[in-house]
Amino acid sequence: MSGFLSLDRMGIVFETRNGPYRALQDVDLRIAQGEFVTVIGHSGCGKSTVLNIVAGLLRATEGGVLLENREVNSPGPERAVVFQNHSLLPWLTVYDNVRLAVDKVFRKTKSKIERDEWTRHNLRLVQMNNAADKRPSEISGGMKQRVGIARALAMEPKVLLMDEPFGALDALTRAHLQDALMTIHADLGNTVIMITHDVDEAVLLSDRIVMMTNGPAATVGKVLSVSLARPRKRLSLADDTEYNRCRADVMKFLYRQTETDDPRAA
Amino acid sequence: MSQNAAKFVKDTGVQKRPGLSDTAGRTPASAAKPIVSANVQVSDSGKSRARAREWAWRLFLPAITFLIVIAIWSFIHSDIAKDVPSPLATWKHAIDVFSHPFYNAGPNDMGIGWQLLYSLGRVLSGFGLAVVVGIPVGFLMGMSETFERAWQPLVQILRPVSPLAWLPIGLLLFKAVDPSAIFVIFITCIWPTVMNTAAGVKAIPKDYLNVSRVLQLSKWETTRRILLPATLPYIVTGMRLSLGIAWMVIVAAEMLTGGIGIGFYVWDEWNNLNVKSIIVAIVLIGLVGMLLEAGMMLVQKRLDYRT
Repeated sequence: MSGFLSLDRMGIVFETRNGPYRALQDVDLRIAQGEFVTVIGHSGCGKSTVLNIVAGLLRATEGGVLLENREVNSPGPERAVVFQNHSLLPWLTVYDNVRLAVDKVFRKTKSKIERDEWTRHNLRLVQMNNAADKRPSEISGGMKQRVGIARALAMEPKVLLMDEPFGALDALTRAHLQDALMTIHADLGNTVIMITHDVDEAVLLSDRIVMMTNGPAATVGKVLSVSLARPRKRLSLADDTEYNRCRADVMKFLYRQTETDDPRAA
Repeated sequence: MSQNAAKFVKDTGVQKRPGLSDTAGRTPASAAKPIVSANVQVSDSGKSRARAREWAWRLFLPAITFLIVIAIWSFIHSDIAKDVPSPLATWKHAIDVFSHPFYNAGPNDMGIGWQLLYSLGRVLSGFGLAVVVGIPVGFLMGMSETFERAWQPLVQILRPVSPLAWLPIGLLLFKAVDPSAIFVIFITCIWPTVMNTAAGVKAIPKDYLNVSRVLQLSKWETTRRILLPATLPYIVTGMRLSLGIAWMVIVAAEMLTGGIGIGFYVWDEWNNLNVKSIIVAIVLIGLVGMLLEAGMMLVQKRLDYRT
């Protein structure tokens, strides 16, 4: 079976001072177009490494990634990344941060006016059009992450890769951004891989949740399909049996990981 | 080395000097702001009173310091070393010197203004050359480990050498005073510029480079859009340090080369046993150095995205 995006028995070994370290082993995953997949696991289990390999920022030492049956071996705007710490360029305004990406991706296909309009359109999408002329240092963490999302969306990526994008935000801001992300995903139908360590976030957003075992040699432990109808409303979900079943499932998996894999527990 | 370079930057002041940032940032007006919203009339007079107090304080304390120094100076003149001129005599001489700074009575007898301009010219030429050469070299050292490995030992050996030691080499190479002095200033400025630029390039967060990789920016685009703006604060710090040291070195260099220049002026007046002129020159050199520093601080403020 070949999906839109497939991770094929992917593994990676890092050369460290204390010899080789196997971070990932046999990570195997098929993702359909338009699917929203979250990867969840304990910190240090290699979630971000999976994302970085798909992004092309790291190269797998075994297996690999296929996007529309073409091998991924370098980074590119068709796999846009929303970085954990937003990574906006501090010397550029909000507008210019997005415009930089737009100019690079659409230099040949869009006119200057179209690129300006497209930049503003994407800022509107994340409700940041009013802060277009501000510098990243002048806006809040949640706003920065919105701009980071706008920058990634503006590249019209085939796959949107999000590396714990809301990890550093307070609960309320995070909820707002999750809602915004769901709306955008419903409108644009992007294929999304999102790394998270937040169970509620994973269940709320995902079509499927990929649970990773603890490292070293981390791999896919379990994949859970979340069959909740969209659009999802966080308030009504609180009492939903399916929601709570999924939530419990993930919790159980994560809890079992700490029990079995923690050498200090033995 | 990266540690060294980082330490170098840290020690020598990426951080703003408290004195100068005080003048720029924390104004008494902003301190009194909360009162403004309470009662406009009271706060207005309160604000101006606070400002007046702030200024009195700012002038008063240094004035006391100056007075103490002048008193000690007078005491040295009257009781310890009679050869040291009195403050009053020096002041009178200063007025005399500054009343015609640009007189020109042949190449060996020119006003203090000319001496100063020649020195400044040499400093700025050497500094400019060092910036043009040092920034690209610093970039290479910061970006390429091979390049850094190859050059680092040489730089480490040459960096602690007093730039004045290079003066004979300069004279040998150029057989003229002016280019030799400029050469010495170039050597003075090149190390801080290279080291700070390299440190800046190394300090660029990996995320910025990942952004450039995801966007598939070319080497040139990455340099122009990411590396250069990210490194600029470090580069300007290196330039500011360079210029400060260069202004110190030029005085010594000109004492050795002779001819014209503020350093030569000091030495020449010493040969004439004209100590008053020397004191005047010392104060003048200090003031110019302060202005150079302030100018570079302005540049830094303009170019540093963090401010």
